[in-house]
Amino acid sequence: MPALTHYLVLSALLFCLGLFAVVTRRNGVAILMGIELMLNAANVNLVAFNKFAAPGAMQGQVFALIVITLAACEAAVGLALVLAAYRSLETVYVDEINVMKW
Amino acid sequence: MPWWLELIRAIVGTIILFTGVAVVAAMFGVLLERKISGWMQSRLGPKHVGPQGLLQTLADTLKLLQKENIVPHRADRAIFATAVIVVPLAALLDYVVIPFGTTRWGPLIFRDLNVGVVYFAATSSLVVVGILMAGWGSNNKYALLGGLRSAAQMVSYEIPMGLSLITVALMAGSLSTVTIVNAQAGLWYIVAQPVAFLVFLTAATAEVNRVPFDLVEAESELVAGYFSEYSGMRFALFQLGEYGEMFAMAGMAVTLFLGGWRGPVLPPVLWFVIKLYALIFVFMWVRWTYPRFRIDQLLNFSWKVLIPVSLLNLVATAFVVMVMHR
Amino acid sequence: MSGEAIAFYVLAAVTLGSGVVVVTSPNVVHSAVALVPTFLGVTGIYVLLSAEFVAVIQVLIYAGAITVLILFVIMLTEGGTGIRARQRNEQGAIGAAVAAAMAGLLIAVAVRTPWARLPGTLPTYTPGAIGQSFLGPNLLVFEGTSVVLLVSLVGAIVIARKEE
Repeated sequence: MPALTHYLVLSALLFCLGLFAVVTRRNGVAILMGIELMLNAANVNLVAFNKFAAPGAMQGQVFALIVITLAACEAAVGLALVLAAYRSLETVYVDEINVMKW
Repeated sequence: MPWWLELIRAIVGTIILFTGVAVVAAMFGVLLERKISGWMQSRLGPKHVGPQGLLQTLADTLKLLQKENIVPHRADRAIFATAVIVVPLAALLDYVVIPFGTTRWGPLIFRDLNVGVVYFAATSSLVVVGILMAGWGSNNKYALLGGLRSAAQMVSYEIPMGLSLITVALMAGSLSTVTIVNAQAGLWYIVAQPVAFLVFLTAATAEVNRVPFDLVEAESELVAGYFSEYSGMRFALFQLGEYGEMFAMAGMAVTLFLGGWRGPVLPPVLWFVIKLYALIFVFMWVRWTYPRFRIDQLLNFSWKVLIPVSLLNLVATAFVVMVMHR
Repeated sequence: MSGEAIAFYVLAAVTLGSGVVVVTSPNVVHSAVALVPTFLGVTGIYVLLSAEFVAVIQVLIYAGAITVLILFVIMLTEGGTGIRARQRNEQGAIGAAVAAAMAGLLIAVAVRTPWARLPGTLPTYTPGAIGQSFLGPNLLVFEGTSVVLLVSLVGAIVIARKEE
């Protein structure tokens, strides 16, 4: 029977995978994927706390749903930014996007 | 119930569902399509294999099974091969929440989830991932164009479909499909919610990429769209996924709007099948009657007509439900 | 071992295994496709935590919509030509060290803290309880989220639109 700690460890590992992608990837889209992994890890935490720490209130699941909504917003705006950068600078590699004005 | 019994139940259920979908939906569906198209175009359709051509698709399947699987040069092999599994699997997942009938021991359903309607919307949206993978993995411009068109189309039409699903759930006061069918004991929701029914049917036609929304596999411009490069059994699996998805959509429409298994005299399962095939006939009738939309017309239709209409319908329904509950 | 434990370890393996593919694959398209099993693994974890509604929404939004959006953008930008490009910057070693240190810290905290447990039970029909919570104590958060959603909708359209 997995306890709260199991879920927290899983979420920590998932979070650090996402962190690694954000720190090391050059492609803007791949960085966004890393952020999605980190948000998922946070959601696992929220839902796990909901079940094990405070089962009476629905706060954990409610916040997980809000995070999912905001993740969708973030993906839409972030990918639109990548698309706009690709149009004007013809690159999706964030280390090549180094001019403030074009 | 111990967990291994649940596991065995799930595996057996999956096998039964797969065979059922393969035989009833894919094989018989293809035959029906050919017969109906023949009838509408004043020809006979398949006639020689078996009585009245009944075994034609069986013969076709056997032929496809023996064919070679061709992988195009410089295709993305891993994605090319996985896409074949994703599309039928996503179609198969839809059937988990469709109640086929009722028996003495309770409704005939794989699992009566308390979030059934949302589950259906979620799994049917998974198909598009498989289609994009197939389009990308083929390393073929027609396949890629088909895949991209399908992504734009399915993401746009998911919204009106979801809104009409929510409208029905609001009427029944539950997301469980069995409860929704039971709530239609007095009056089918097609009478109370004709707008939602029409929106759902239109969106479902678009979701399964059929005429007049078949931009994804428009034969005259894109060969066969995202599955142009597939051959043999892989092609057959895509057909299975496509027809499985169509039957799932029709089954869901029956469940939500036509009272599911409910009907007088005849046994419940038979009623379900009759209603299912009536809707399938409508799908095929539309396919062989209407010409194809252009891609801009298609997206405009979803965003400027279907979504506002279904939103208004949702607000009106919510208002009526609130007043009635007062 | 109970069935729940087996399910947990299988789901964790699927999630982390495909997560590693997402993070390390040199082909961005493979990364994006590997996101699907990662999200589905997390969905299974939600089901284990008896949060069915969050699980279906996860499939609907993440696996069905965000992955498609990501694949779409990859294909609209560089697509397959990226296979030949360098995908990793020079911070590989530092990034790995930071991620490992972070993981160590988080796991140590998670294991060593004695987590308190409030009384109460999970409601059996979670969608209803979530709806009550959204229109009751969390109404302000709900409204705020919907405003953010609208703003990001407008923002994404403005940013992604071609200038004429």
